[in-house]
Amino acid sequence: METKIEKSNFEKILEEGKFAVTCEIGPPKGAEIEEIRVAAEELRNVADGINVTDLQSSVMRLGSLTTCHLLKEWGLDPIFQVTCRDRNRLALQSDLLSANVMGIRNVLALTGDYTTTGDHPQAEPVFDLDSVQLLWAIKNLEEGKDLAGKELTKKPSFFKGAVVNPGADTEAAYELQIIKMRKKIDQGAQFFQTQAIFDAEVFKKFMERIHKENLDVPILAGIILLKSEKMANYMNKFVPGVFVPEPLVKKMEGTQDKVSMCIEIASGLIEEVRLHCAGVHIQALGWEKHIPAVVKNFR
Amino acid sequence: MILTEFKPVEELLIKLKEDKKIFILGCGGCPEGANTGGKAVLASTKERLENEGKNVTGVMEIDFLCQKALIRSRIKPRLDEIKNADSILIFSCGLGVQSTSAVLAKICHPALDTITFGGITGIWQGTERCDTCGNCILDYTGGICPYTACPKKLENGACAGQSNGKCETDHERDCGWELIYKSLKRINRLDILNKFITPRDYSKILPSPALRKTRLWALDEEEVV
Repeated sequence: METKIEKSNFEKILEEGKFAVTCEIGPPKGAEIEEIRVAAEELRNVADGINVTDLQSSVMRLGSLTTCHLLKEWGLDPIFQVTCRDRNRLALQSDLLSANVMGIRNVLALTGDYTTTGDHPQAEPVFDLDSVQLLWAIKNLEEGKDLAGKELTKKPSFFKGAVVNPGADTEAAYELQIIKMRKKIDQGAQFFQTQAIFDAEVFKKFMERIHKENLDVPILAGIILLKSEKMANYMNKFVPGVFVPEPLVKKMEGTQDKVSMCIEIASGLIEEVRLHCAGVHIQALGWEKHIPAVVKNFR
Repeated sequence: MILTEFKPVEELLIKLKEDKKIFILGCGGCPEGANTGGKAVLASTKERLENEGKNVTGVMEIDFLCQKALIRSRIKPRLDEIKNADSILIFSCGLGVQSTSAVLAKICHPALDTITFGGITGIWQGTERCDTCGNCILDYTGGICPYTACPKKLENGACAGQSNGKCETDHERDCGWELIYKSLKRINRLDILNKFITPRDYSKILPSPALRKTRLWALDEEEVV
């Protein structure tokens, strides 16, 4: 049976070539959803799509799928983050079908942080599929078949995204990011969100390279709202793939007004990169209420 | 005991599609326990490949391909045949393919899938590790096993968690994909990285009934006398 495809808000924004803003909600540790309801309200008029993290940092929390469903009910456009860390191919495909039934269209395919970086280091790391293979699985589902080649009663349909790191710091890591990005596009990725960037020049160089490689899909630059020098130092030490340059740490150290400095740094970064990309993905990490100030210059 | 099984000939021919000249290398230790490889198999493989229009530059057996020092000492007189080949086809467990890849600047195609090391894990002296998964793809990864070198067992490239070439799980541990990239770069074959690798077939991890009928397995299972 054919599916009538209804595009998501976020998808339409990208298609129309408007500068897209996505934000992020991290589900809570527990069954209390008031906190995410508040965060969702703060994002209502500023975000074109809202990523819902999937046990972010390998910490056990409320699920991404359920939180996406809540956002949908509240009239927002969720982006369902799916990592390969906790589910094998049966569970991943099943959750994707569930998402489709719930009307969730945007999916972001990720590898996922390793188990030992989180609060259940004893857990078995699954990684049955990698992120490229997850996109391949989604493509199969959309074509009406599961990974075993069995036919589905109805074809689901998704707007599929993936992640790339423009700041990979060795030749091998950088080249592998490009190679893997191409594989992800080949397997159906329609948009990319990047790991957090703090250096506009690094990002611009990366964009030049991918244009040269003809990897022309919409890219949203990842922006983390830097709340303090303490947070910067913590991320540098413990968050895989994120690096805050020393001058930014110093700027944070040198001010009492962390909020204004945070807004200045983030909006400055966006100003520098926005002509080079399709949008930004802002991780506010609790400071959702400051996002309007960060994006006010171009919204 | 080590249990390996032959990859289907069709799969080998796909692997060797681009290669015209092939050197065949077998482990002397493997055929004893696993009934895979051995001089007769190496000879029949040579014939089969020649029938397919391939030029076999040489055939050689080395006692234990898991020993890099042994490989280095034995191959010296045969280096010309090896250098003359486009790739090497290896009849050994995954450790042998990894050790050979570390020693020789050639793509090493595994002719076998390794299913288990049974009770003998730990006797080799190298740093190579085989996951005994029955899905050997070492020729796509420069002889570095992505299942043992990468904690996330990634098959299509590094994650974004690496930093300065080290793994997100342990900052003193090399990123497996950093090693894979360097290994393929060393032999000028980065093009191989563009291949999309499909997920592993986990059903191959358990030894099949046929594999459980090897001679050593039978001896192992014999009743108390």
